[in-house]
Amino acid sequence: MGTRIYLYPGWLRFWHAINALMCLVLIVSGLSMQYTDFERYILDFQLAVQLHNIAGVILSFNYFIFLFGNLFTPNGRQYFLFRRGVLKNLFTQLHYYTLGIFRKEATPFPITTENKFNPIQRTAYVLVGYVATIIVIVTGWAYLFPEIVPNTIGNVSGLLINDLIHISMGYFISIFLIIHIYFITIGNSKMKNFKSMVTGWHE
Amino acid sequence: MKTLINLSLLSLVVALLCSANIPTNDEMAVGQPSEEVIEANNLCFSCHGQKLFTYYNPELDREIKDNMCDEKIVNEEKFYLSNHRTFQCIGCHSADYESFPHPGELRFEQQYACNDCHGYDDDWAHFKFDEIEEEFMKSVHSTNHDEAFTCWMCHDPHEYHITYRNEENLLNTIAYDNGICLTCHADVNRYQLLTDKEKPNVDLQHSWLPNQQLHFTKVRCIECHAELNDNVLVAHNIRPKEEAVKKCVECHSSDSRLMASLYSHTVKTERWSGGFINGEMVTQGFVIGANRNKYLNQGSLYIFLGTLAIILIHSILRAIYIKK
Ligand code: HEC
Ligand code: HEC
Ligand code: HEC
Ligand code: HEC
Ligand code: HEC
Ligand code: HEC
Ligand code: HEM
Repeated sequence: MGTRIYLYPGWLRFWHAINALMCLVLIVSGLSMQYTDFERYILDFQLAVQLHNIAGVILSFNYFIFLFGNLFTPNGRQYFLFRRGVLKNLFTQLHYYTLGIFRKEATPFPITTENKFNPIQRTAYVLVGYVATIIVIVTGWAYLFPEIVPNTIGNVSGLLINDLIHISMGYFISIFLIIHIYFITIGNSKMKNFKSMVTGWHE
Repeated sequence: MKTLINLSLLSLVVALLCSANIPTNDEMAVGQPSEEVIEANNLCFSCHGQKLFTYYNPELDREIKDNMCDEKIVNEEKFYLSNHRTFQCIGCHSADYESFPHPGELRFEQQYACNDCHGYDDDWAHFKFDEIEEEFMKSVHSTNHDEAFTCWMCHDPHEYHITYRNEENLLNTIAYDNGICLTCHADVNRYQLLTDKEKPNVDLQHSWLPNQQLHFTKVRCIECHAELNDNVLVAHNIRPKEEAVKKCVECHSSDSRLMASLYSHTVKTERWSGGFINGEMVTQGFVIGANRNKYLNQGSLYIFLGTLAIILIHSILRAIYIKK
């Protein structure tokens, strides 16, 4: 059945595993800090702060693997967002997800070595990988060293703005994660994509 | 043109500051020191105002230059900004200090206590001096040190000026109030005036607190160390260290104790809160756990539920249409 193609090189799988784990820790500890009224049901505040700091630092350094990996290997090209007909392709893919898939049409953008993402995937990965993550890392480090945040930006406290951005981006990534995990279950078998991300091989 | 306006505004401000560099919004509206007071105090400041002073020694028949030890120097500028700026020195000290050398028996001079003037007096009733004194009597400082620890130890007679009640910028208040505690807790010499114990290092003692420097600029020591008391504006009952607030959620939660202490003053005045829980705090920063935004909260919940709903519908449709 089908051909096997190697899609996920080792460094990518390593980055991804650490990243996914840290994201989960960050989400759980972040929620515990934000919703302390439910402290009893999630993590103790002080523990949450410590976990969040540690996981945030690990995730930040880990991010360089993603950054340099994509900078210096061909994998980076998968993330070139602005190709010919982006919008049209996005709608084609959307059409597939909302209708085509139920009519058992063939996927409009089959996976190839040159093109492992469909347009929606690509957009989501660029937004999360290159925008949200960077923002969340920068504002996170600003939290760790609040001295570097300007006291006021305009009329508003600098830390307030920093915090709101941080929390909003964290929230955005959490929503991404839910959809991300759902989408990787779409396939011939539910566990197939998970397996690829472990072995690197797509069947 | 713009710079011209800026310059003239600046000079106006400078002129105003020079003519009246004294806080003007005291509730008791303590006035400005009169010429007479300044005149009288100049004698004392001629020696106590700075490091170097001179006096005439009749035995040697010449002027002697000498150094004033730091503890006996009274900062003139700060004195005329302080609560008691309209006072003559000899309003609190004996008039015998006008002679030099100061008579030896003045060493045993009795000092006034705050409530000798402020206690049981309607003019000062809204400050609740009596209740503050009761609170202070129950505090560690008072119970451990009895007479030696007076109100003056925190309220420097020559410099203290009321801050929290009038100051617009909360960060200034916090810095000022914490500075008071640190005059001892960061200065062994002053600390050991009261006890022979070794002074604990405040930074080390609070190393369990992450972002310690941020905390110390955003909350006062008394937020954690004083028992809450709604009756007085500034809680004075400093508790033993075992009773200090250590649980983060006392502040980092929607019923944050900061609302009853640091923000108790502003809470009563209505302010824009933009849907934030404990919105008053947001003017200073964002206290995780304590400042949640109603609108963002609701919005994020709906997006979350919406996402789940779409995923649910999608997977049901998949189950129906795509049977293996
Ligand atoms: C000629 C300089 C001189 C003048 C003028 C002077 N003092 Fe002093 N004062 C000193 C010196 C020196 C000391 C410290 C040595 C001592 O206690 O005599 C001192 C000490 C004091 C003390 C502390 C005493 C203690 O027991 O620690 C007080 C209070 C004081 N002065 C108040 C005043 C007041 C009030 C005036 C103005 C009415 C005044 N002095 C004017 C030189 C002066
Ligand atoms: C509101 C009352 C008050 C006024 C006004 C006042 N003092 Fe004092 N002063 C005190 C008290 C109380 C002490 C004792 C402080 C203590 O015990 O910590 C003191 C102590 C001092 C000391 C000794 C400081 C020390 O720690 O050894 C000097 C010197 C002194 N005053 C000078 C002056 C001078 C000069 C003026 C006028 C510019 C002045 N005082 C005005 C209340 C006052
Ligand atoms: C351990 C230090 C300490 C001691 C001791 C102390 N205070 Fe205070 N007190 C403070 C601080 C800090 C403030 C807040 C200053 C500010 O920002 O205005 C304050 C404020 C006050 C205020 C102003 C409250 C208001 O309504 O604006 C009064 C009045 C007062 N204290 C009276 C006293 C009296 C009386 C005593 C002695 C019985 C005393 N204090 C002892 C630390 C102390
Ligand atoms: C966030 C709450 C908090 C703040 C803010 C805070 N403290 Fe503490 N402090 C504590 C707790 C809790 C302890 C007890 C620590 C322990 O026992 O391990 C303590 C202990 C202390 C001790 C006793 C040290 C010893 O071992 O005897 C001193 C003195 C002290 N604090 C002074 C201060 C001063 C001064 C400030 C302001 C600059 C301050 N604290 C601010 C919570 C706080
Ligand atoms: C005049 C000096 C002085 C000032 C000002 C001062 N303290 Fe203290 N404080 C002491 C001394 C001395 C002790 C030691 C008490 C003892 O003998 O156990 C102490 C003890 C303490 C303790 C620890 C009590 C314990 O259980 O060991 C706390 C907490 C404390 N102070 C908080 C404060 C705060 C908060 C302020 C400011 C509002 C403040 N102090 C201002 C001198 C001072
Ligand atoms: C006395 C109240 C109080 C206590 C107790 C307290 N905090 Fe804070 N905390 C604050 C305030 C106020 C800020 C500053 C928020 C701002 O303006 O950015 C803050 C900020 C922080 C921050 C920086 C993030 C931010 O919101 O800017 C962290 C992390 C934090 N606290 C953790 C803790 C932990 C962990 C504990 C318990 C060990 C704790 N805090 C106890 C009041 C408190
Ligand atoms: C919020 C944390 C996460 C982020 C930011 C993230 C991001 C990404 C990115 C950018 C890719 C594409 C990598 C590439 O091929 O270049 C990817 C792929 C993948 N991720 Fe995640 N991921 C996260 C969490 C997770 C979790 C928790 C799981 C599993 C439970 C998971 C499973 C997968 C799988 C199976 C793939 C390969 C399928 C595909 O190419 O679409 N991810 N992820």
